[in-house]
Amino acid sequence: MIKRFLARAVRSNEFYVLLVIVALGVVIQVRSGQFFTANNLVDIANAMVVPGLFAIGAFLVIVSGGIDVSFPALASLAVYATTRVLVDTGYTGGVWLPFLLAMVLGGLLGAFNGLFIARLALPTLIITLGTASVFSGVMQGVLNSVQIPNIPPSMEAFGTATLFVARNPESGLTSNMPVSFLILVAVLALAFVLLRFTMFGRGIYAIGGDESAAARAGFKVRRIKFWLYVIVGVIAAVAGLIRTSMMGQMHPTNLLGMEMMVIAAVVLGGTAITGGTGSLTGVMLGTLLITIVQNSMILIGIPTFWQGFSLGLLIIVGTGISAVQLARSGNRLRAAV
Amino acid sequence: MADSVIAVRGVTKSFSGVKALKGVDLEIRPGEIHCLAGENGSGKSTLIKVISGVYTPDEGTIELNGTAHSRLAPIDAIMGGVQVIYQDFSVFPNLSVMENLALNTELASKRKLVNWRRFRRIAEEAVAQIDFKVDLDARVGTLSVADRQLVAISRALMHDAKLIIMDEPTTALTKKEVDALFRIILDLKARGISILFVSHKLEEVFEISERFTILRNGEVAATCLPEELDRRKFSYFMTGREFEDGRFTLTNRSDEPVLEATGLGLQGGFEDVTFALHGGEILGITGLLGSGRTELALTLFGAFRADAGELRIKGRPVTFHGVRDAVDAGVGYVPEDRLTEGLFLERSIGDNIVIAEIDNVAVSAGVYDDTRKRAEADRWISELRIAAHDQDNAASTLSGGNQQRIVLAKWLATRPDILILNGPTVGVDIGSKHDIHQILQQLAGEGIAVIVISDDIPEVIQNCNRILLLKAGRIVQELDPATTSEAQLAALMTSDTTGGQQ
Repeated sequence: MIKRFLARAVRSNEFYVLLVIVALGVVIQVRSGQFFTANNLVDIANAMVVPGLFAIGAFLVIVSGGIDVSFPALASLAVYATTRVLVDTGYTGGVWLPFLLAMVLGGLLGAFNGLFIARLALPTLIITLGTASVFSGVMQGVLNSVQIPNIPPSMEAFGTATLFVARNPESGLTSNMPVSFLILVAVLALAFVLLRFTMFGRGIYAIGGDESAAARAGFKVRRIKFWLYVIVGVIAAVAGLIRTSMMGQMHPTNLLGMEMMVIAAVVLGGTAITGGTGSLTGVMLGTLLITIVQNSMILIGIPTFWQGFSLGLLIIVGTGISAVQLARSGNRLRAAV
Repeated sequence: MADSVIAVRGVTKSFSGVKALKGVDLEIRPGEIHCLAGENGSGKSTLIKVISGVYTPDEGTIELNGTAHSRLAPIDAIMGGVQVIYQDFSVFPNLSVMENLALNTELASKRKLVNWRRFRRIAEEAVAQIDFKVDLDARVGTLSVADRQLVAISRALMHDAKLIIMDEPTTALTKKEVDALFRIILDLKARGISILFVSHKLEEVFEISERFTILRNGEVAATCLPEELDRRKFSYFMTGREFEDGRFTLTNRSDEPVLEATGLGLQGGFEDVTFALHGGEILGITGLLGSGRTELALTLFGAFRADAGELRIKGRPVTFHGVRDAVDAGVGYVPEDRLTEGLFLERSIGDNIVIAEIDNVAVSAGVYDDTRKRAEADRWISELRIAAHDQDNAASTLSGGNQQRIVLAKWLATRPDILILNGPTVGVDIGSKHDIHQILQQLAGEGIAVIVISDDIPEVIQNCNRILLLKAGRIVQELDPATTSEAQLAALMTSDTTGGQQ
């Protein structure tokens, strides 16, 4: 039983990502003695929340055979509009309303994506590149976005709400585990159930495997795609709202540019960029790896500008591995013919 | 009238004014193995889509299990027991066998949630029907083509199938796999399930089909029994043309050989290949897949470099460092897989024709003359009778036969002395096949040396003046097509004399 589990694990991508994470952790630990400390681990968990949520959304899209680069712009617009309205009306109520508003807006913007993607036979990359520009254009032009320095008090409170505090006994530094980490866990659980136990979720995999076969099997391909982008819009808006709450201010362009790093995390975790395969475990490991690289390299005294370099390298290695695997399975196929 | 599973009566269907089907009748009896044949564009696929409810006919009725419908929804067809197995099998390569088998059933019963135990039960039931032994947890992408087909068949049987339509079912299968498939089909027949094969090759399904319906230009050209059919008649019904088997006769043989290979060898490909080719000859090189025939062709074309032996062109020894050298030496190559090796499918027909001789239509280095290019492309389009409305259309808009002609035109435009064709008529319909053969014979008549590499036995016998039989990388025999029958050649090809392949 354990043997079989191990045999399967060795063949999976996730296993290797985990190895890399452990190796990286050990290296940082040896060099700085700071990696396996309670406060550092909490810091990493904290930093994972927003990219992790985005990664779940990006993963759903990539599994369906698409690619979405509009989610940071979508989240920015949804959250900017929410914050603007609430600040302007002097809202002082609970945090549920900002979440609800942002999610509704995110869902609507996702529906905008979904409408085009379900109706037009265009590459999703092109469509979402377009809608990303539309979203940020609306935000910066129509809404005339500026930084909003003070956000509704309930959002601010939520952003600083803490599950527990981790303290490093040596340095005395403390790190807060944010409540929003629970949201990441909850969304992860929901995504898992959706993918594993609903026909909608299996439909996402089926479409990513072979779209015309999915249609012939009886999946309502257009409807699935449409709702998929709505869901992704909602998840992105939640991530954006958490980021704004944690920062204590609405910075309209703060999220923009995150898409590459998020997609890299998803692909590093073993999700095939061609769609159809991948696991949420892999997505979380990929996100963790990238977060560690971003957060902890400073611990071993590597200047921050090397971060971009190492991230780029990770992306090339990560996608390279899956490309090689794809080529290999292609060869096997040809041999079988 | 319940003595037919499905009866199509007087069905007409047109697309933007073009009639794809003109009053077609088709009747399939319970437990019958029926073959629907026709060339590309004859309306075969349209008819299948009408039967499976994808298209609504403009006129006519479809009688399903005795009930007449003027329009049939896909779900009606499935409920009526009609199942289509497409050429690509419509399986999900990324999902497990179990899921592939169960998804359709679950979707048909409108389930919203997944119960993996029920999935497994459905899958076990599905494979049990044809006694198919397979690991239900394996990914379908890792299975062989034959196994994927069995997955598709098992899945189709889950819906209480009365009629299974199979699109070109044997194209990608080995002989052994075809036999296994036929055994399963006979077993299904014994259970009263009808099979409709869709094919454009007679050989494929001849031995098992009980009745043939042949479509031509959207009309039924013939409905007949296998006894009434032979290759000649089959070709006639498919194309409406009589083909006299125009055997190639050597008329214009050059005195000096244009190509001489002496002891040519390539690691892992072939060894000790020696032959001489004269202008005006059509030399057939035949052998099974893996006999080294493609490697030999690519070596002659400079894509591989031989590690032994010598190659002479017009008496001069040559070493090809790449394809460009071979082209400069006057060698043209029409590849086996024209879609990936021979054509830029998305580019225009004209671009494809002139690409190999792009330097000849250039005004100066790097800039080409559009007028000259167009004139050149038009010349080849008319010369090879390519059915192209406009040379600016993408090559992908043409049928297989016409695409093959473009590849041919492309190389003829370089005015080669030696033309190598690898599988020149694979996937090409009968009419185009005949035309391509005529073109080849005509080219040889003009003095070009032609090499045809093919495992299509009638093709090499009919078109070559000499045949080299390649086995496990060695030339084992030279044959004279005039004194060799098709059956003899087939036996020689598969016999195990060298103890090599298989």
